Amino acid sequence: MITLGKAINMGLRRALTEDPKVLVMGEDVGKLGGVFRVTENLQSEFGEDRIIDTPLAESGILGTAIGLALRGYRPVCEIQFDGFVYPAFDQITSQLAKMHARSLGTLKLPVVVRIPYGGGIGAVEHHSESNETYFAHTAGLRVVTCSNPNDAYWMMQQAIQSDDPVIFFEPKRRYWDKAEVNEEAPSLGLHETRTVQEGSDLTLISYGPTVRTAIEVAAVCSKEGRSVEVMDLRTLSPLDLAPVFESAQKTGRVVILHEAPTFLGLGAEIASQITEECFYSLDAPVLRVGGFNVPYPPARLEEHYLPDLDRTLDAIDRAFAF
Amino acid sequence: MSELQLVQILSPEGELLTDPEYPLDISTEEIRALYRDLVMVRRFDVEATALQRQGELGLWAQSLGQEAAQVGSGRALIPGDYAFPTYREHGVAWAKGVPPEKLLGMYRGINHGGWNPHDNDFHLYTLVIGAQTLHATGYAMGIQRDKSNNAVIAYFGDGATSQGDVNEAFTYASVYHAPVVFFCQNNQWAISQPIESQTKVALYKRAAGFGFPGVRVDGNDVLAVLAVTRAALARARAGEGPTLIEAFTYRMGAHTTSDDPSRYRLAQELDEWKLKDPIARVKSYLTRSSLANEEFFAGIEKEAEAMASKLRSDIVDAEDPYVEAIFDHVYAEPHPILDAEKSAYINYLESFTEGEKK
Repeated sequence: MITLGKAINMGLRRALTEDPKVLVMGEDVGKLGGVFRVTENLQSEFGEDRIIDTPLAESGILGTAIGLALRGYRPVCEIQFDGFVYPAFDQITSQLAKMHARSLGTLKLPVVVRIPYGGGIGAVEHHSESNETYFAHTAGLRVVTCSNPNDAYWMMQQAIQSDDPVIFFEPKRRYWDKAEVNEEAPSLGLHETRTVQEGSDLTLISYGPTVRTAIEVAAVCSKEGRSVEVMDLRTLSPLDLAPVFESAQKTGRVVILHEAPTFLGLGAEIASQITEECFYSLDAPVLRVGGFNVPYPPARLEEHYLPDLDRTLDAIDRAFAF
Repeated sequence: MSELQLVQILSPEGELLTDPEYPLDISTEEIRALYRDLVMVRRFDVEATALQRQGELGLWAQSLGQEAAQVGSGRALIPGDYAFPTYREHGVAWAKGVPPEKLLGMYRGINHGGWNPHDNDFHLYTLVIGAQTLHATGYAMGIQRDKSNNAVIAYFGDGATSQGDVNEAFTYASVYHAPVVFFCQNNQWAISQPIESQTKVALYKRAAGFGFPGVRVDGNDVLAVLAVTRAALARARAGEGPTLIEAFTYRMGAHTTSDDPSRYRLAQELDEWKLKDPIARVKSYLTRSSLANEEFFAGIEKEAEAMASKLRSDIVDAEDPYVEAIFDHVYAEPHPILDAEKSAYINYLESFTEGEKK
């Protein structure tokens, strides 16, 4: 059994071993091993030239990573916390995302940006945000997130192998979740949605930190005689919605669960697409459960902000009431 | 600002000076070649400006007056040295061998940068002010890791020195001793804002706070720019880290063809700078030293006219991009959603053609 954080570390180590062009860079990633220890022991193994402790400037991390990528390297950048990515926003959205297109395909930017995201760890301001939508909304980026150690291990390697920039969201409150990791072969590609468990009455879609919540919800529903199909999106851009449509057509009821604010969140996009593709199969409107449209609250109020088991069950009740 | 340093090798009157710190070993043939560069670059810029005025370009950012800063620094580079330009480095592009007509693509609205940067080690133009200085620094960090003997040059303007990215680039380059030369063309104006609104100290002095040398050079003196840039590149190659060069010059034209400098600066200022013209002083030197005759100058004028004429026909005849180009190259790897969007739009367009056939 391996923690999700350790699984990412193993994925990084394997990528660093297999390709000498892979670099890890960010604030405190070297000697300290990262504030969450995700890059622990990498610098002692691969050296300071490949595991780069950077000055404390996020735009600098991304901007120099772009330059390194232009020189043929494959940098994996760490943004220490979700709320600290904004100083690098121009470099990610205007530079990194667009450079392949504006070079008419001649420049490849294989840069991975790791962002520990989401709440639930009692943190101070700027340390608990779910800001994936900004990046999913930006053409030229790929955006993924893992929910369990096995995916963390494989998706990190797949992201590094991609010739496109990948924003890799790591569910920080699940860093310590443990599960088996199969080091032989990945079970899915980077951009594939997984059906976590099958069901026939309602489809519950989630990703990242709330997948575990969704599994717990399904267990409660099962005791109440409701069969819930749980889906883990894994890829936020591009979305892989074919299995979602199939599931919606089967169950006729869909609830989407994520930590990010619901307004213009990924749930809104998914609900819209399900409506377009599965209109005649739906028995209820697609419902969303997510964060409120407020700044992330102080830690002592975060249990109210975070969509939990009860709020999800409430939404499921409403879906069945139609 | 008289107490400030200003490296000069060729005075505005065309008098050859010596600077003990920057000895320049240069042949007459090389000076004649630099003169040709300057004339060609100015003629190119004049033609592009005319093309904009005639509606063939949507916009043009003139390099008028900055030819010496660009040609001198561009000619200091050796093959494999990588340049990261702003959107005005037409003279550097010329020195790097980028086909001139390629520089006009983005200004005509054909593309966002129509050359392969790796062909000439000349990156695409960057419009977000200062962003490219970090790319240059990162590229230099890559050169370090490759243990290559090349260096990088990052271009930016006086306005860019106020940007966070430029200051972060200084920091990164300094702490890593990255082989990068920061080449700031201080052309005195950031659109309507004079240099005094960006800084209270001479820009080259900023380098001291970051822990590397800064030098101010007469940006209208192609020989001084060449010497100073060569020295900075040599320092970078020797593993001694970055240098900030402030090329003191003047934007003789508008910020772009959409700008009207008469609203914010005096014509008298331009007249004063005309006396320091970067091309006139080289011609004056070559003439008074009998190193070139009328035939030489006429030959270059003729060559410049031919280049301008070809530029005009190249750009007027340039094909508009195909519709699919909107979708192509957004991603390096397959992207099913974009593919679907593209084919849906192509089908939509074709539905009109089919209607016409009926």
